[in-house]
Amino acid sequence: MTHRFRDLLALEPLDADELGFLLDQSKPFQEIQKHPLKKLATLRGKTVALAFFETSTRTRISFGTAASRLGADTMNLQAEASSLKKGETLLDTVFNLNAMKPDCLVMRHAASGAPHYVARHLDIPVVNAGDGTHEHPSQGLLDALTIRDRLGTIKNLNVTILGDILHSRVARSNIHLLGKFGCRFTLCGPAMWVPRELEKIAPGTAIRCVYRIEEALEGADVIMMLRVQTERLDDPPLSAADYILLYQLNASRLRLANRDAIVLHPGPINRGIEITPEVADGPQSCVLEQVTNGVAVRMAILYLLTSGATETDTHPALEVKSKESANASD
Amino acid sequence: MLLIKNGRVVDPASKRDAALDVLLDGEKIKEVGAAGKVSAPQDAQVFDAKGLIVAPGFIDIHVHLREPGQESSETIETGTRAAARGGFTAVCCMPNTKPVNDNASVTRFILDRAKVAGSVRVWPIGAASLGSKGEAIAEIAGMKEAGIVGVSDDGKPIATAKLARQVMDYCRSLDLPVIEHAEDVSLAASAVMREGVTSTRLGLRGMPAAAESVCVARDVQLAELSGARLHIAHLSAKASLEQVRWAKSRGLRVTCEVTPHHFTLIDEDVQYDSRFKMNPPLAAREDREALLAGLADGTVDAIATDHAPHEPAIKDVEFDRAPFGILGFETALALALEQLVQSGRISLIRMVELFTTGPARVLGIERKITAGQPADLTIFSTERAWTYNVKESPSRSRNSPFDGRNFKGGPMATIVAGRIVCKG
Repeated sequence: MTHRFRDLLALEPLDADELGFLLDQSKPFQEIQKHPLKKLATLRGKTVALAFFETSTRTRISFGTAASRLGADTMNLQAEASSLKKGETLLDTVFNLNAMKPDCLVMRHAASGAPHYVARHLDIPVVNAGDGTHEHPSQGLLDALTIRDRLGTIKNLNVTILGDILHSRVARSNIHLLGKFGCRFTLCGPAMWVPRELEKIAPGTAIRCVYRIEEALEGADVIMMLRVQTERLDDPPLSAADYILLYQLNASRLRLANRDAIVLHPGPINRGIEITPEVADGPQSCVLEQVTNGVAVRMAILYLLTSGATETDTHPALEVKSKESANASD
Repeated sequence: MLLIKNGRVVDPASKRDAALDVLLDGEKIKEVGAAGKVSAPQDAQVFDAKGLIVAPGFIDIHVHLREPGQESSETIETGTRAAARGGFTAVCCMPNTKPVNDNASVTRFILDRAKVAGSVRVWPIGAASLGSKGEAIAEIAGMKEAGIVGVSDDGKPIATAKLARQVMDYCRSLDLPVIEHAEDVSLAASAVMREGVTSTRLGLRGMPAAAESVCVARDVQLAELSGARLHIAHLSAKASLEQVRWAKSRGLRVTCEVTPHHFTLIDEDVQYDSRFKMNPPLAAREDREALLAGLADGTVDAIATDHAPHEPAIKDVEFDRAPFGILGFETALALALEQLVQSGRISLIRMVELFTTGPARVLGIERKITAGQPADLTIFSTERAWTYNVKESPSRSRNSPFDGRNFKGGPMATIVAGRIVCKG
């Protein structure tokens, strides 16, 4: 099944077919990460604009690496170097970038919905690399890929997300993706970060909010940690000591989950706050696989949105592997 | 002289709904009589209102005209032209201009500009506190002498309970209504929409309904303490409406208004489009249901637009950064017809009341189609099909979520002081 994407703004509007397609398309690019020579010529001559209006290290480098491994050139805009501080509007900044004729715009912005707003005014594809507290689609995809690699499926799992769910774009993208494959969610953290409204954000997906970590971990197949994002809050409602007392994932708490449960974290990790080093570095942790898969997922996204391929789903050079992997999907 | 003939006069004050002719002589209504029975001089201008409703002149008690100070978004001239197109014959402009209307000279400036450039009557509302800063009480008596019809720190609430009490005490002695933008600013801090499932889904910061209702609760109790006339502006929450209902049941002089956008749209309509961003924000489904019930049962006294123009340069930006507020004049009547009358929720005469005698009562004035009254009339159709195209608006701004919406019924003629100022 082939799908076309004009932009990638959010995972919420995509159905299971489209999401499965994106994951399948990532598979051959995962293989490339293992190859000694990782550079393709697929997007040679194409330019990817990376506009990060909010600081980012991992995601920016990951998208940049993905673009360069596809043979594309990049133009980089970082918030601190931008003209936004000189009073230029977001739209004017983006129009200026666009005037340099990139083939795609990857953007991160502190305002939820900013990529949607920009996409309404641009002809080139827009990829959301994280918008405010809304979504982080490529993170959702790379997490799903990681889970599928480790557990063999992304269907009907018990997924527990711990931390500041209200302000997490990672949590929302994961809920919208995995929920479409029948996963059930348990959200857990301090009550101000886990409002009951979260149970209704994805109709059709079973989501429950609990406030005791022991209850949240019981029966979990996947545990997603979120960083405590103090910089997003006007006033941190909890002291670090209280947070550790109630919600830190340590080895003894991890034993409450299923024996084969895996632990994900979008990074950066605050060791000793939300997670103990023992767990972060333990055999159940997938943290570094997530980072590797991030490059593969982003290669697939950039390829699908900018290659302009109309006849083939995947790059000719990748076709064989892609077919092999098709059956591995759920 | 101007003879309005063959129309259906709907006049809430006299409870009349009948085929009547109305003769206007200069600034006053000269005669109201059975259709065909009112004789006018040969040279009188005649307006054939066949098939149309003839109502007392509509009053919008909550508008922002942006002059002085923000003329790139609106002026008294452009704003009142838009008001006339919406069927309004009088508008009460909020004091959050630059400078703030907190003294008689600003009030006089607004009235002088309105005299020169205004299409409809402009009745200024003065600030409750100096600069609307919530510290010292404004020069309310001086502004009253200059022509204000009420006080408000609109855009924000009167900052403290103590100041609100002082303003209410003072305004009681001056017989002015205190118009409150009810909001607990600590609960609403940095929020851009109503808190709920939609804000949680969209990742936009929400303010709870309680941000409004806790302030309404404070104010109705202070209204009881002071005996003042308290009017709650742009009421949006069910819990606030219950406070007003409670106040009315105790015989307090408390009134409230509801905007067309709050009785039409809900938070679920928000989609990262700043034309859906206003304060108070679009509320929950159950709040809208409560507002519709309040409009029907009489708890709500008036429909007011909160016409809040913002030029595209500042409004057409990321949702988080956009200022609050939307245009309101030209779609208000059509939305009321659609949501309230055509849906069968209220009668036509009740809707007219919400635009005329209702707001007039808040201001302590009369509004009636009878000889000797001011010759202000709003003539409208309940049938005419039309589409709102915001590009054609006389307003300097374009921030309407109703652009492109199809309507059945709307304003046909706006008559101010015996003169047709706008014809549909």
